[in-house]
Amino acid sequence: MMTGDWLDIGSVDQITPGNARTLPVLGGEEIAIFRTTSGDFHALVNRCPHKHGPLSQGIVHGGVVTCPLHNWNISLKTGEALGEDKGCVPVIPLKVDAGRIFLLRDAVIGKRAA
Amino acid sequence: MEFQIGTEPMAGSEAAILVPADEGRDHLVVIGNGMAGCRAVEELLARDAGRYRVTIFGAEPHVNYNRIMLSPVLAGEKTFDEIIINDRAWYADNRIDLIVADPVVAIDRSAKTVTSQSGRTVAYDKLLIATGSDPFIIPVPGKDLPGVISFRDMKDVDAMLDAANRGGDAVVIGGGLLGLEAAHGLTLRGMKVTVLHIMPTLMERQLDEAAGWLLKSALEARGQTILTGADTAEIFGEGKVEGVRLKDGTLIPASLVVMAVGIRPCVALARAAGLEIGRGIKVDDHMVTSDPDVLAVGECVEHDGNVYGLVAPLWDMCRSLADGLTDRHTGYKGSVTSTKLKVAGLDVFSAGDFSGGEGCEDIVLRDASRGVYKRVVVKEDRVIGAVLYGDTADGGWYFDLLKRGEDVADIRDLLIFGQAFASGGGALDPKEAVAALSDDAEICGCNGVSKGQVVACINAGACSLDAVRAGCKASASCGSCTGLVETILALTLGEDVQSGPKTMCKCTSFGHDDVRREIVAQAMTSIPEVMQKLHWSTPDGCSSCRPALNYYLLCALPGAYVDDQQSRFVNERMHANIQKDGTYSVVPRMWGGLTNPRELRAIADVVEKFNAPMVKVTGGQRLDIFGIKKEDLPAVWADLNAAGMVSGHAYGKSLRTVKTCVGSEWCRFGTQDSTGLGVKAERMTWGSWMPHKFKIAVSGCPRNCAEATIKDFGIVCVDSGYELHVGGNGGIHVRVTDLLCKVATEQEALDHIAAFTQLYREEARYLERTAPWIERVGVDYVKARIVEDEAGREALRARFLFSQQFMQDDPWAERAAGQHAELHQHIAQVRPLETV
Repeated sequence: MMTGDWLDIGSVDQITPGNARTLPVLGGEEIAIFRTTSGDFHALVNRCPHKHGPLSQGIVHGGVVTCPLHNWNISLKTGEALGEDKGCVPVIPLKVDAGRIFLLRDAVIGKRAA
Repeated sequence: MEFQIGTEPMAGSEAAILVPADEGRDHLVVIGNGMAGCRAVEELLARDAGRYRVTIFGAEPHVNYNRIMLSPVLAGEKTFDEIIINDRAWYADNRIDLIVADPVVAIDRSAKTVTSQSGRTVAYDKLLIATGSDPFIIPVPGKDLPGVISFRDMKDVDAMLDAANRGGDAVVIGGGLLGLEAAHGLTLRGMKVTVLHIMPTLMERQLDEAAGWLLKSALEARGQTILTGADTAEIFGEGKVEGVRLKDGTLIPASLVVMAVGIRPCVALARAAGLEIGRGIKVDDHMVTSDPDVLAVGECVEHDGNVYGLVAPLWDMCRSLADGLTDRHTGYKGSVTSTKLKVAGLDVFSAGDFSGGEGCEDIVLRDASRGVYKRVVVKEDRVIGAVLYGDTADGGWYFDLLKRGEDVADIRDLLIFGQAFASGGGALDPKEAVAALSDDAEICGCNGVSKGQVVACINAGACSLDAVRAGCKASASCGSCTGLVETILALTLGEDVQSGPKTMCKCTSFGHDDVRREIVAQAMTSIPEVMQKLHWSTPDGCSSCRPALNYYLLCALPGAYVDDQQSRFVNERMHANIQKDGTYSVVPRMWGGLTNPRELRAIADVVEKFNAPMVKVTGGQRLDIFGIKKEDLPAVWADLNAAGMVSGHAYGKSLRTVKTCVGSEWCRFGTQDSTGLGVKAERMTWGSWMPHKFKIAVSGCPRNCAEATIKDFGIVCVDSGYELHVGGNGGIHVRVTDLLCKVATEQEALDHIAAFTQLYREEARYLERTAPWIERVGVDYVKARIVEDEAGREALRARFLFSQQFMQDDPWAERAAGQHAELHQHIAQVRPLETV
């Protein structure tokens, strides 16, 4: 388990179930934060491993998001492409505490271009 | 932390039970006379009754009672005396000092004393904090009005019973377990109850969407009003509660408001004492806090990052705590929790992780007629989660499999049927089980078809599922026996089984036509309802079936169905076309391909203002503005709206464009006013959702400059009237239209467009263009419905126009006015400080 500081990025109410919101990172890669219909939260880099589609705009079903560009199915838990497709998008460690969404600071800041 | 009950230390019949002090033993002081505190003492007494002298402080004026049983007290099923766990004799027998109605207000760790509200100071050797949790009060105006209560203790129950005796309306805020129990109790006590839940489904922490929907339906059938997605704006009233206003403006009258949105560990006292606090009071495996002489247990603690709000972990914690206090070092290792509940008499159960995801397989059983939903989540041959609704008999068994991490590979196929079935014959092959069934065994309960009848049907020539359904009706209704019928087919025919019609997707064994027919036949009104009644094998569908179901419901229930945005493909959710770089293109509507200086100026201004890198003329005679960011879309639309333009729906499975040539108004060859007719056709059809995109064109003469004969509906004007063509396509497989008929007047042409469009809307499968649809059903069928059946045509036209009155609101204007702003805005931004 990773440790370190957590960034409070907002209230759980800001994402309705089955939806995603985006978190731009200055000088780094945008992050997509998902809330499944069963109420779990996940964060991925907002970039499909296939053709870089914005995963935040896909349909969320079960623990999977379908990329809006070419229908790749990406696991929200592992960031890996499912089925025949091969590829992986980085997962940002996320926790929910007292109704707030936290992302692991190092994982967020570390996404910045060198 | 609020202390509202404090009175004089000796006041009241139960105020204090004092036994002589015993100075020879260590003194354990317990803060909290609830379930955790008393259980810890019980565990300690069971191990070493003489080890500690015990004093318990309680905030409430009662002996230790079972807080979980407050719901039955509210519902009138139990009295308070029946839910007492330890009566006064227990305290006396065990020489425990009980001080009630006098909460501890301070801890002095250096002096090792606690001080109560009444000023009593007591020294301790070991201190146990068991303060439990506080109800979370949402910070809305009016939250402090008389008549607004929580549901946490006996005082709240008394307040609810008082209110119920006066009758009237109650609002319960919170559709979790506590809220639903409060609502149930108040309903039984005769109040008219409305439950407000901010999330889309009830009890979303314990139940998935499907089970939440079933629960909502059942509670509504019992007379409660359940509003999901209901966000409370304020509680209003003059001097007392008179009602609740939601953020969408809805007013709900109420003389009682029960706030049951959740609980928070009660840590104020521990925090003031300087103990380490996370989400709760941090404890180690023996429930010891950051001070070795201070322990904590129950809902107020955080152990290994977890906070628990259920009773089972509390028992585990109390055992470890008592072991630690009596030098038996077992240690608490955290709890795997399950929830098995009766909500308003309805059985629900959940355990473990049911969020699905990588490597997880969902096994789903839906029995619509019994109102049963079962879902077991399996990963790497082990049960990791379960949700049961309606029949929770096997909850304990699944939970046991989950906790033990048992390999279920051998019973995988029978797992969902429960312990009796899965364990009954050992590792039973489901195929053998079906083979072993007698000919009399009923296969299809809906249509009363036996195995013998299915076999006879197959032997008479039915070699596919579809043929069996047509021949003997087995699996033709609810579909739950589809697997059985397929097994019988395989057993009877071996290799010769023909695969049936393509199913909608992997979530269902039904094809598109079956699903649509059942939606109408059973008057279904929501996606979760379809999934339940048609035995979907996944909890919330997939990216293929959800948009299809959303469309089928929208088409079947014009004006009544609430569109599910989460089941829309990105373009239809964002009302623009996503491009490869994640930006969007925007196409304003230009009726019949006509425009004017005002519109052109507005488009030019938008292009400059938002730095759109490209503008292009489309094949459908529109202007397409490229490179717009999702956050700029509402502003772009506001500017286009201001110039009188609305959404062009270039992004939708919907009417796209009506393309026209200039016609008789300008063209020397024109025979009719093709532009005028095109504009009328577009005004009539715009905004309508369809199985797929739909294009219309009107050409003013047979030279056909508008390319009408490769459109879904094409009109070619001639001297004597209008030739109507259907089913053309200019895509991968170019298909020239079929001639539908010829009509004499513009109005007849428009009537035929409306009727044809509606027939396509009602009968084509989702994502089926008109060309393959007509190839499938035959143009003669379409002619029979549209041309030859005049009454039928008129009925189709009327249905189309009825539906259109709900469709022709500009979605851009709604977004520009702020609707669904969250779809366009970032949740936040990270701007790290430069460190170099």
